[in-house]
Formats: sequence, C-alpha cells, structure tokens
Amino acid sequence: MGETFLLILLLIDATVRVATPLLLAAFAGMVAERSGVVDIGLEGKMLAGAFAAAAVAAVANSAWLGLGAAIVVSMSFALLHAYACVTHNGNQVVSGMAINILVAGLGPTLAVAWFGLNGITPALEGAGRFIGLNLPMSEWLAPIPLIGPVYAEVVSGHNILVYLTIAILPLVALLIYRTRFGLRLRAVGENPHAVDTAGISVAALRYRAMLLCGFLCGIAGAYLSTAHAAGFVRDMTAGKGYLALAAMIFGKWKPVPTVAACLLFAFADALQIRLQGVVLPGIGEIPVQVIQALPYALTVILLAGFVGRAVAPKASGIPYVKDK
Amino acid sequence: MRKLFAGLVVVAWAAATPATAADVVPGLLFDMGGKFDKSFNEAAYQGAEAFKKKTGIEYLEFEPTNEAQREQALRRMARRGANIIVGVGFSQTSAIETVAKEYPDVKFTLIDGVTEAPNVQSVVFKEHEGSFLVGMLAAMASKTGKVGFVGGMDIPLIRKFACGYEQGAKHAKDGTEVLVNMTGNTPSAWNDPTKGGELARSQFDRGADVVFAAAGATGVGVYQAAKDGGKLAIGVDSNQNHLHPGTMLSSMVKRVDVAIEEAFTDAMNGEWKSGLKVLGLAEDGVGWALDDNNRALVSAEMESALGAARKAIVAGDIEVADYSAGNSCDY
Repeated sequence: MGETFLLILLLIDATVRVATPLLLAAFAGMVAERSGVVDIGLEGKMLAGAFAAAAVAAVANSAWLGLGAAIVVSMSFALLHAYACVTHNGNQVVSGMAINILVAGLGPTLAVAWFGLNGITPALEGAGRFIGLNLPMSEWLAPIPLIGPVYAEVVSGHNILVYLTIAILPLVALLIYRTRFGLRLRAVGENPHAVDTAGISVAALRYRAMLLCGFLCGIAGAYLSTAHAAGFVRDMTAGKGYLALAAMIFGKWKPVPTVAACLLFAFADALQIRLQGVVLPGIGEIPVQVIQALPYALTVILLAGFVGRAVAPKASGIPYVKDK
Repeated sequence: MRKLFAGLVVVAWAAATPATAADVVPGLLFDMGGKFDKSFNEAAYQGAEAFKKKTGIEYLEFEPTNEAQREQALRRMARRGANIIVGVGFSQTSAIETVAKEYPDVKFTLIDGVTEAPNVQSVVFKEHEGSFLVGMLAAMASKTGKVGFVGGMDIPLIRKFACGYEQGAKHAKDGTEVLVNMTGNTPSAWNDPTKGGELARSQFDRGADVVFAAAGATGVGVYQAAKDGGKLAIGVDSNQNHLHPGTMLSSMVKRVDVAIEEAFTDAMNGEWKSGLKVLGLAEDGVGWALDDNNRALVSAEMESALGAARKAIVAGDIEVADYSAGNSCDY
C-alpha cells in the first residue's frame, strides 16, 4: 500500500509539472479565441518567451528579469499578430504560423550570435533559475498519515511559477465570466457587429485580448526554459502550443473543462514516462511502443467518444469588417 | 571585359578544385541534434576542428534540420569538390548509400552505421564495452543498488548501450537493479531535455541514484535533474564531466573525434580504406573519462576494478553481449 500510494503521489506531482505550461498556453488560446482571434501562434510565442527568459536570465543572472523579458517578448509577438489580423484583417492562421516559423529560426540564430552556442543558451544556475520551494510546515505535517505525504510530495516542492499559475488561472476565468471586460470580450467573439453597434471598439477589445494572451504565453515560455529545464534548446516547446490548442478545443473554450483536458494530457504523459519498464502484476512488462502511444490513443478515444460537439465562438477566425 | 570574366572563372575554378591529387577537401555532415549538442555531434566537430588545426585545411559542413536534407547536403558537398565526406550518425546510412553510388570517386566515411560500397568506409564502435565499464562504475557508486539508464531514440544502437551498461552493473554488484527508459521513437527524442529531466526524476523517484544518459541533447536535461536532485549522472560520447562537476560521475566516451580526424588524415595521406572498421576498448575507440571534475567521485577501488575489467575485456576473458548482433540482450 505504502509504496503504491507514494508512486501515485509522485505521478500526480509530475502531472502538475508537465501541465503548467499547457494550462497557461491553453488559457492564452482561450482568451484569444473568445475574442474572435484564432491564435495558432501559441507555440511560437511560448518558444520566444522561453528564449528571451533563458537569454536574459543567463546574462543578468536573474530568473525574475528573465520572466519579465519573456512576457515582454511574447506580448510583442501577440501585438504583431493583432496588427496583422485585427488592424489589417489578415488571415489569422497564416499570421500565427508565420510567427511559429519565424521564432523557430530566430531563437537558435540569436543564440549563435549572442552566445556562440548553436541553438542553445548557456546552462542556468543559482539565481538564474526558478527552483523548487519547500513550503513551510511540510516537516511538521510529515508524520500525519495521508496528509503528510500528500503535502510534501504534491503540494510542496514546486517552483514559484507553478503556484503563480495556479493563482492566475482562476483570475483569468473570473475576468472572462464575471467582469464587464469579460462580457464584452465574449460578445466580440460571438457577434462583433452588436458590440460595434453598442459603441465599443472591436479592435481595441481584440488587442487587449491578444496582450493577455501574450502575457500568459510568456510565463509558459519562461517556465519551460528557466524552471522546468535550465536553458533554451532549439524547439524546446516540442508541440506544447498545439497540444494546448487541442486541450482548449477539447475543453470547449471553457475554463474548467480546459483545465481538465490539460491535466489529462499531462497525466497521460507522466504515466507514459513511469510505465516504461515497470512490470504490471498479471500483465508483465508492457512493450515501450505501446506505452509511448498511450497519450495519443487516449486523446483519440476521448475526442471520439466522450467530448461531443465542440462549438467555437461564432466570430472566431473571421476578421471584423465594418458594414459600409 | 570578356577576358576579365574568363580570368575570373579560371581563378574561381582554381580555388574550387584541388590542384594536385594529394589535396584533400573534407566534408562533414552532422546528424540532427546539432553541432553543439555537448555530446555525439560535438565530438565530431572537435575531430574536424583538430584536423583543421593541424593541417590548416578547411572543411565543408552541414547540419540537417530535417530528413530530406541529408542527401541534398551530401550531393552539394560532392559537387563543390569534396573528396572525403564523413556522415555522422546511423540515420545517414541510406543517404550515403544512395549518394555514394552517384559519386563513385568520392570517399565516404559513415560513422555508427554500416553499408557496403566500394567507396564507403563504415566505422562502428563497441559501445557495449564502454557502457559495461560505466555500468560497473554506476553500480559501485550507487548506495541504493538501483541505477538508471535514459536512452534517446529507441533504436538498436541505444539498446546496445543499455545492454552493456546493465551487464556491467550486474558484473560489479550482483543483484543491482537497472531501470531503462527511452525518450521516444522519432529523431526529436535527441532534442527534448525537459522530457529527459522528467524521465530521470521518475527513475530517482523509484530509487535509482545514478543515471546514465545516451540521448544526445536530451541528456542535458538528465544531468540537470541529477544535479537538482543531488544524484549522480554519467555522460556520453564526449567527455561531459565538466557540465556539472560534483554530480557527473563520469562519461562513456566514444572517440568519434578520433575516427573523424583519422578519416580525414588517412584520405590526405592516401591511406584511406573502404570497408568496416570496428573500434572498441582495445583500439581506445571507447572508454570512460576521468579528469579533475570527477576525481573526487571515483575511489581508487573503483578505478582499479575498472582497469582490471578493461584488461579482461580486451583479453577476451569477459565477453560483453552485443545487442546489435541478435537484437536481444542475452548474457
């Protein structure tokens, strides 16, 4: 019992670590799409954030400055996307893809130019990284069965960005559903004409949504390069931006189901890592290939069987052009 | 005007083609993972740089970013006058096979793969022998009796590392448990340090306290996780001891640099031969790294045990199973 219980706790612990960037990116995508802007460039913004965070943290030896730089850079790319798609009514998928491709090449190129390393930034140490925090009371709680280990393994020991994410996500959800800005944001994604008729600027709302989107992607990027890993590596987002988009669609553009979808993806990934080479009672050792296909198989099964129809915000992906 | 143009063409031609047959124009095609992966490709880079330093001869190079570029890059080098081209990594095998036929006068050296052609030299290493030694080291350094292995892409070559490592660990201490994880099934598995870190952490959670990574740039995440968790890690291909002094127990070095320098030098001296070349402990093609960075972690007892094992392997008294021989790890 004891060991299995600990294994489950460690599995949940890993799920939280893997889910953090997914959650941030999925919420970023949600904010953008609820305002009517499809943002396929989550991947690129995250990668740009990861590079900026790692580069600044390496030079300034401060993870916080790195985080700031990541947010600024990611928001700049979000503004670029908004400028192309909102101001000039450009195709949103093309613009997003362009950002992804641009960043994929730009990061490694700048790394070569600035650090003389090919596609990577120097390994971060000490103050250049967000390291795990041991929350107070974990030793005091340790002897208590159930609560002690849960507190020590799952709740405590993460880096500050994980806790920050847990704090930010409900705020974003509240912003979308419980504020005047949120009401307008949702309206502009469903029926921009009505919003415009009410005398509210569609463009300004979408710009603000994109800024928020960039902000969240920046944190996700900084998490990847300065908290989860210790430096930027070429293509280190490894498709997490697209996975986040899938999680958002999976979650029907709503906060709580989106969180559930992200946690599910992260859990499948963590499980996949831990099941390799483990002998299951009664079954024996499962072939690695089967285990590595697990997250994908799980996604297909759930998408096909359990999710049902996912309806996007009506105006999502359509540039708003005023009737003449 | 026309004369000037013709003159320019002559000058350009003279610069691009070798003046005498002895002149060598080397080319180097890296594998995915990049020149500065601190591991396999970086060793190749160092070998080519060493050649350049000694002879002053520049070399052509290319880093592919997708599969389709491999053949293109080889052709382009051959067309630009390269007469000895080294392809690094098993994934170059089919590309070299194809292009070697198109350019029968160009010499090709394939590292880590085997293909038969009159103008191709295949260089393979006995990774299992080197892995055996670091496996012994891991088992002797482990306090829990559990050691880990993180592989990159799941291919027979990486299984060969894992198999030798496991044998070495069990040879040093009977009953040592070896946890084996692979990062993925695609070439992107060489470039995923966050996943590498997670894999290492999962092994530490299961009780391992030494981990050996044979995973290209993914290994960077493994070594970082070991450092963060206060565990020991073993590097691969290049000497990676300097990455985290104090938690890098050693590195299983594979002298890709020597192989490449040799290929270039032999081609220059006209001593290059096609066919299969196998480098093991006896040829110093593989080994383990001991320097100032890991001196404190390696006891005299470990060092002498490894020295004895090395001698026994070279003499044939210890036979290390080669996974690639039968695609199974039987010993």
